[in-house]
Amino acid sequence: MTEAPKGWDRNRMAARAAEELEDGMYVNLGIGIPTLVANYVGDKDITLQSENGMLGMGPFPYEGEEDPDLINAGKQTITELDRTSYFDSATSFGMIRGGKIAAAILGAMEVAENGDLANWMIPGKLIKGMGGAMDLVAGVGRVIVVMDHQNKAGESKILRECTLPLTGKGVVDRIITNLGVLDVVPGGLKIVELAEGISEDQIRQATQATIVA
Amino acid sequence: MKKVYGTASEALEGVLHDGMFIAAGGFGLCGIPELLIAAIRDAGTKDLTIASNNCGIDDFGLGILLQTRQIRKMISSYVGENAEFMRQYLSKELELEFNPQGTLAERMRAGGSGIAGFYTKTGVGTMIAEGKEHKDFDGQTHILERGIVADLSIVKAWKADDTGNLVFRKTARNFNPPAAMCGKICVAEVEEIVPRGSLDPDQIHLPGIYVHRIVQGTHEKRIEQRTTRKKEDA
Repeated sequence: MTEAPKGWDRNRMAARAAEELEDGMYVNLGIGIPTLVANYVGDKDITLQSENGMLGMGPFPYEGEEDPDLINAGKQTITELDRTSYFDSATSFGMIRGGKIAAAILGAMEVAENGDLANWMIPGKLIKGMGGAMDLVAGVGRVIVVMDHQNKAGESKILRECTLPLTGKGVVDRIITNLGVLDVVPGGLKIVELAEGISEDQIRQATQATIVA
Repeated sequence: MKKVYGTASEALEGVLHDGMFIAAGGFGLCGIPELLIAAIRDAGTKDLTIASNNCGIDDFGLGILLQTRQIRKMISSYVGENAEFMRQYLSKELELEFNPQGTLAERMRAGGSGIAGFYTKTGVGTMIAEGKEHKDFDGQTHILERGIVADLSIVKAWKADDTGNLVFRKTARNFNPPAAMCGKICVAEVEEIVPRGSLDPDQIHLPGIYVHRIVQGTHEKRIEQRTTRKKEDA
């Protein structure tokens, strides 16, 4: 077996995901690589939502300035900005379900070619829970998944059909992986962009799902 | 009506019984009613059903009631940080009803607002939707979720006055207002009880009508994930 193609690292994936964001957007970032997206928004006027009850999430605090009453949805200590507002969890998910959040950038265990997303449990092995992910994918304007293209065993995480319990059905719009960018389109996935050093053949070989056009 | 009690145990006197249903505020370890949880452990109340977004960690928050096996069932959205929770669930010692986070919050808000149920797109096509009524609105499928009414709510706020008006601090608000609303009786623990008239009526986060008992105490407020940046990064 040949060595798995590498492509972008975590930070390059996050930087690529940040290109999806436009001025004025209210955005929710998931745990893991999506959290890094905040480092790459540059001068764009983006307001980050933390679904535990905050709009206008700031960076990590300086050492010694951590506040146990100020955390993000990943339970990490964070800071507030001059635009910050706080609210309760019912209000928070009201704005998510109500379509006020323009985009969610989330991690995934599996994505299927029809946009199905699985990212909350592996039966009998790993029970994390869906947290706010089911509400987010059902409610926000656009769902962007950022994840490694293959799992540690070198198997495609982009499948014809998900094998794990779903977080949402037909909800994913775009997938950004270490190998490139794919869109969910009628009939399968369309390659939008290749990571540096990755060929179309390599991304096709690394993908179990149907790639159209 | 006197709402202020001296200790968490006193504030829970007469409201605990085996097999009861409790709604708890907090998200992770942030804004959790840590004093009331400890008092429930000390009271030894068993066979509890608890609706709470998380179940603490192994040795703090609701996790301490898992250690003492006082919980029969959890209604939660996320249990990832709690090894004992997962062990009891996988060995079927503990019943677990997964609720999407927003659905859980809205079930509490609805239950406290006299709304028996609501339709949502959240969870359609997933195992969460199994066995629930499906109905199409404007061409999109929704599922019916029920409002929650709990025997008891336990919540944590920053400040209260003696009439039970509550003010929360930053993201420690989280599930506390909806959890407070859905309880037949709500007990709130706070960092400070301030004199009546000293809270700005325009800045009350939860009106005292929802709060029946109040206790002031000292909170450990443990941090689950301490993340920082260095000054030189600025």
